[in-house]
Amino acid sequence: MTIRLPGGAFVRRTLALARAEVLHVTRDRATLVQIVIVPLIQLLLLSNAATFAIKRTPAYVVDFDRTSTSRALVTHLTAAGLIDVVGQSPSPDAANEAMLTGRATLVVVVPHDFESSLVRTGTAPIGLDLNAEKGSAAGIVQSYVVQTLDAYSRELGVELRPTPRLVAVSSAGSVPPRPAAGVIDVRTRGWYNPGLDYTAYMVPGILVALVTMIGTLLTAQNIAREKEIGTLEQLNVTPISRAEFVTAKLLPFWVLALLDLALGLFVGRLVFGIPVRGSLLVLFGAAGIYLVSALAIGLLISTVVETQQQAMFISFFLIMIYLLMSGLLTPIDSMPQWMQVASEVNPVRHFVAITRDVLVKGAGLSEIRVPLAVLTLYAAVTMTVAIRQYRKRSA
Amino acid sequence: MNALAGLLRKEWYHILRDRRTLFVIIFYPIVQVMLFGSSVRTDVRDVRLAIVDPTPDATTLELRNRFNAGGVFRIVSVTATDAPLAHLFQTDTAQVAVAFAPNFGERLSRGEAAQVLVFSDATDPNSGTSRQIYVRSVLQAYQRELGLRAGAIEIVPRVRSRFNPTRESTNLFVPGLMAIILTIIASLMTALSLTREKETGTMEILLVSPLRPWQIIVGKISPYLVIGFLSVLSVYGVARVVFHVPMQGSLALLVAEGMLFILVSLSFGILVSSRTSSQRVAMLGAMMATMLPTQMLAGLVFPIESMPRVLQWFSLIVPARWFIVIVRGIMLKGTGLAYLWPETLILAAMALVLLAASTRSFKVRLQ
Repeated sequence: MTIRLPGGAFVRRTLALARAEVLHVTRDRATLVQIVIVPLIQLLLLSNAATFAIKRTPAYVVDFDRTSTSRALVTHLTAAGLIDVVGQSPSPDAANEAMLTGRATLVVVVPHDFESSLVRTGTAPIGLDLNAEKGSAAGIVQSYVVQTLDAYSRELGVELRPTPRLVAVSSAGSVPPRPAAGVIDVRTRGWYNPGLDYTAYMVPGILVALVTMIGTLLTAQNIAREKEIGTLEQLNVTPISRAEFVTAKLLPFWVLALLDLALGLFVGRLVFGIPVRGSLLVLFGAAGIYLVSALAIGLLISTVVETQQQAMFISFFLIMIYLLMSGLLTPIDSMPQWMQVASEVNPVRHFVAITRDVLVKGAGLSEIRVPLAVLTLYAAVTMTVAIRQYRKRSA
Repeated sequence: MNALAGLLRKEWYHILRDRRTLFVIIFYPIVQVMLFGSSVRTDVRDVRLAIVDPTPDATTLELRNRFNAGGVFRIVSVTATDAPLAHLFQTDTAQVAVAFAPNFGERLSRGEAAQVLVFSDATDPNSGTSRQIYVRSVLQAYQRELGLRAGAIEIVPRVRSRFNPTRESTNLFVPGLMAIILTIIASLMTALSLTREKETGTMEILLVSPLRPWQIIVGKISPYLVIGFLSVLSVYGVARVVFHVPMQGSLALLVAEGMLFILVSLSFGILVSSRTSSQRVAMLGAMMATMLPTQMLAGLVFPIESMPRVLQWFSLIVPARWFIVIVRGIMLKGTGLAYLWPETLILAAMALVLLAASTRSFKVRLQ
C-alpha cells in the first residue's frame, strides 16, 4: 500500500477532471471552431479593418482667379498625392453639391483677385470648406493644407517680393529696418511606430480581446451547459471539493487561452509583422495573471445564470462594456473624465496597456509594475468572490 | 385575417410576459448609446507634453507659454536633454515631446532656420498624428506672426468646418450607433423567437395551422417593428439630450428610414432562424453575421475609405453601412431623399430580397 499525501489526491482528482474537460473541448467541433477558427478570422479581419489612416482626400476646386498663381497653388496641393481633385469649376453650387453627395470632402475656393492682391498687398485669402463630420480626420487634412499653403507662400515671397528677405540678410551687420523672419524648421518623428502602421497598434489589442472572449465566454458557457444538462449536480455529489472543481474547470481554459495568445502572436508576427520588442516571458506572465480574473468573471457569470443562452447574453454584454472602456479601439485620454476613472477598475484596460507597452514600446517589468499590480489585485479579488459565490450554489 | 390577429396577440403576450427580456429590450438601447457615446471618442485633449530646451530664452519661453495656454497641452516635464524621454514615453507620462535645437531663439532672430524636433508616441498612429499636428499648428501660428512682422507674403486660409463645426467625435459616432442597436434588437430577437418555437416544438403547431407562411412571418415581424420604432425614438432622444447631436434634417424621414432598416434586419433574423435549429446556433450565427461586420465594416468607427479594397467591397453588402450614411446625412448634413435615394433604394432592395428568401425557406420546411 502506497502512502498518499493529502495533496496527492487533490492533484490526482483535479487532473482527472481537467482531462475530462480537455476531452470535452477537443471532441466538440463547434467549440474547436470557436477557439481556433473564429479568433483567427477576427484577427485577420479586424486588424485590416481597424484603421484611421487617411488616404486620399477628394477635393473640389472653385477657381475664380484663373491665373498662373492660382493654378500653381492647386498643383502644390495635389503634389504630395494626399489630395485628389475630383472636380473643378467656377461654380460654388456645384462644389456644394459635391460636398452634400459626399463626392468631395474638401472645397478650395480661390477668390477673384487672388494673384493681384498677393502682388499688391502681400496677402490674400483662400477659402477652405471642410467636411468636418470626421473631426480628427478633418483636422489632419486642414493642417496638411495650411502647411502646404505656408510653404507655397514662402516660395511666392521669394518670387513676387524678394526684397524683405534680401534686405535682412545684406544688412545683418547694421540695424535692419525690420527684424528678419527666421524659419522654424519642424521635423516630426513618431516613436515606436515610425511608419504609422495601424496593425502594429491594433493587433496587440485584438489579441487581448480574443483572450478575454475565450477566458470569460467559454468558461461561463461551459459551466452553464453542465447545469443545463444536469451533470453539474452529479459533480456536486462526488467527493470532489470546491477548490478541486474550480481548478479543474478553469485550468484547461487558462492553458487554452494562453495557447490562443501564442497562436495569435505567431500569426500577427507572420502576417502583419507586428513588433515584439519586449520580453515574451513578461507578456505571458502578465497574461497568466490577467486570465485568472477573466476566468473568474466567467465563473461568476455561470453561477448567476440558468441557461447557456443567458450565459452568452450576459457574457457578451459584459465583454462589450469591458472592451469599449479599455482603450482598445479608441484612446482612453479622449474619454470623459468620469469614464477614465471608471475604466481604472477594468482589468482589460490594464492588460491592453501592458500588451502594447511590452510588444510595441519594449517596456520591461519596472515600466509595467503599476498595471501589473492592479491586475494581480483584481485577479485575487474576483477569484475569491467567484469561489465563494460558487459555494453558495452547491450548498 | 382572424388567424393573423390571433398570432399577433400571441406574439405580444410572449414579449410582454418575459419580463427579463422586456427589460433588456427597453433599456439596452439607452445603456448602449450612453456607453458607446462616452467611450468611443477620438478627440485630442489634455495632451501630456514634454519639453526639451537646452538653451532657454525668450522665444522658447514664449512658445512654451503658447503650448500651455491653448488648453490642448499640459507640460509635464522640461529638461535640458532628451535622455529622459524614453522613460517618459514608456511609462506613458508624456505623449508628445518638443525638442528645441540649441540656441533656438538666437538662430531665429538672426533669420536663420531654427530646428525643432517633435517626437510623438505613435504606438497609436491616429492619436500620434493628431497630436503632432496640434504641435505643428502652434509652431505655424508663431511662424506666421514672425513672417508678418518681417513683411513676408501670406496666403490666409479661411477655414469653414461644415456639418460638424465643433468637430466633436460624438456627433460622428452617436448617430451611427442607431445602426448597431437596431441590428442587434431586430436580428437577434427575431432569430431567437423563431428558433425558440422550433426548439419547444410549437413551430409544428404553427405550421399545421391555417396560417400561411407569409402570415407567420408578418406575425413574427410586426411586434419587433413596433419595438424597433420605439428604439429609434429612444436612441434619438439620448443622442439629442445627452450628447447634443445636432438634427439638421427631418425626424419623420429618419424614423421612416429607421423602419426600413429594421425591416432589413428582421428579415435577416428570420433567414438565419429558418436555417438553424437551436437557439445557441441561431445566436452565434446572428452575432457573427451581424455584430462583427456592423461594428467593424460599416464605417461606424473606422472609415471605409481607409480599409483594404477587399474589405471595402465586402462592406457593400452590410446593410448598416448604407443606413449609417443615411442617418449621418439626415442628422448632420440635413440632406433629404434628394441626396439619399441611392442608399434608400439599396436598403429597400435588400429588404425585398431577404424577405423573399426567408419566406421561401419557410415553405421548404413545410414539406
